[in-house]
Amino acid sequence: MKKLLVLFTLVAVLCGLSMPVYADDAVPAAAVTVAETTSAPAGTAAPAPAPNKGDTSWMLVATVLVILMTLPGLALFYGGLVRVKNMLSVLAQVFAIFCLISILWVTYGYSLAFTSGGGMNDFIGGFSKAFLAGVNTDAVVETFSKGVVIPEMLFMVFQLTFAAITVALTVGGFAERIKFSAVLVFAALWFTFSYLPMAHMVWFWGGPSAYGDAAGFIFAKGALDFAGGTVVHVNAAMGALMGAIVLGKRIGYGKEPMTPHSLTMTMIGASLLWVGWFGFNAGSNLEATGTAVLAMVNTVVATAAAAFSWMIAEWVLKGKPSMLGLASGAVAGLVAVTPACGFIGPMGAIVLGLLAGVLCFWGVNGLKKLLAIDDSLDVFGVHGVGGILGALATGVLAAPSLGGTGVYDYASGKVAEYSIIGQVTSQAWGVGVTILWSGVVSFAIFKLIDIVMGLRVPEEAEREGLDTTMHGERAYSM
Amino acid sequence: MKMVTAIIKPFKLDEVREALSAIGVQGITVTEVKGFGRQKGHTELYRGAEYVVDFLPKVKLEAAIKADMLDQVLDAIQKAANTGKIGDGKIFVSDLEQVIRIRTGESGPDAL
Repeated sequence: MKKLLVLFTLVAVLCGLSMPVYADDAVPAAAVTVAETTSAPAGTAAPAPAPNKGDTSWMLVATVLVILMTLPGLALFYGGLVRVKNMLSVLAQVFAIFCLISILWVTYGYSLAFTSGGGMNDFIGGFSKAFLAGVNTDAVVETFSKGVVIPEMLFMVFQLTFAAITVALTVGGFAERIKFSAVLVFAALWFTFSYLPMAHMVWFWGGPSAYGDAAGFIFAKGALDFAGGTVVHVNAAMGALMGAIVLGKRIGYGKEPMTPHSLTMTMIGASLLWVGWFGFNAGSNLEATGTAVLAMVNTVVATAAAAFSWMIAEWVLKGKPSMLGLASGAVAGLVAVTPACGFIGPMGAIVLGLLAGVLCFWGVNGLKKLLAIDDSLDVFGVHGVGGILGALATGVLAAPSLGGTGVYDYASGKVAEYSIIGQVTSQAWGVGVTILWSGVVSFAIFKLIDIVMGLRVPEEAEREGLDTTMHGERAYSM
Repeated sequence: MKMVTAIIKPFKLDEVREALSAIGVQGITVTEVKGFGRQKGHTELYRGAEYVVDFLPKVKLEAAIKADMLDQVLDAIQKAANTGKIGDGKIFVSDLEQVIRIRTGESGPDAL
């Protein structure tokens, strides 16, 4: 109210001052008032920044690309890896999760992730933008450059796609044995208690013009996560791992063959993930600048390096270079470069990719045997191992001495002094908190669902396959 | 009358069919089958999981023939299906009691 009063007074004064001029021009008085009302604030303060059409266009495209990652990219990548009797169950789980999370995100998710949470602000936001209150077509949010904005609704829907794919990623841990209803309940609970706090902790801050405002816990620790290595990948990997632990192994695991039913689908899915990931990584820059291009280049070369290094490792150690190895290596590279893509140089990205391919190859071989857990589609081996590697390596490779961009200090307006040890420590905070938070929350959610409604399908349904028993249809009629 | 059943390598099917047509065999029935013999299976590797595939794909063909053609038929199949490598398959011969052509009701050697 106070602001309005000031505004009206201002308008009145301005009108009074300019009256004689307008009177000379014989413009009707009423029209003058309207014209002056709209231009008055501009005359007294710096003009409010308006979104650039280029930035807005790019972010629209990036958002669509990330949707493509989930539907159909991830769905096909996962679907091809399961047995033919469970193909539709995986597609349906990913599809339904995307729908459910989209709705939950606009109703309360965006608000809890991206508003100030007052006393709880370290860990979670508040409800001030629930049901998208105030997020209208005029609302804008600042990008990472001072004074540059994009429509807030666009930022909101871009972030929606991240929430959706993160929850969908967990499907890989419990595929081929979980009840469809349990998947839906899990998705809603895990989104609320694991994804939203993680997104808030890592990504919430005041923006370049208000960098001093209270930020999320991990952001305040100085951890760098350009596109969501911890929030998306380590987080989803912990959810999948806990799911695999609480559900137990699939019937016949280790005794009966559980061969992927269509590596063609998996190859198509992995390729769509790669294409969509350009929106995910380069889009996370929030504007169409050189840094977005850097993120895109890194997303090409790190992925290529990882696919290649996985293939070579497999060729040397197991005798044959497999298509599944190439596809898995590509995903490992994409995961690893996610937190790093806007901070490291392309040569650093190649190093990161080479490491990711070999390490994740170990993740699905050595580590998997060590853990002795039936993480059906190796979410932990690929997204967990790759995500942790990427998050920590970001701390090293972001160093300007290693071709990285360093960290921009908004207070001094230039790139700050860089300490590799200090940054890796910050990164370790991010990884540690994610593993701990997501691990505990995921385990609790799965246990709760197991007690209240049961997680697993009956044995005969599992043997018969989830397609006919859960969904009443089969993937292929041939 | 004899029933000749041969298990052969799938890619040899066309050559065998041509050889049999050439000596006057009027028809054969072909089935895609799986089995194992002396030829070992192979190992498939999906990420960390190794699976031994014991059953290999083969083609089973069946030909009902007059008894006096038997040697010719066996010779034709053996020559056409032979690669000299393990896994070429086997031929089984058995007596055939009766044959009836469904359309005309002819029976015995006339129905072949």
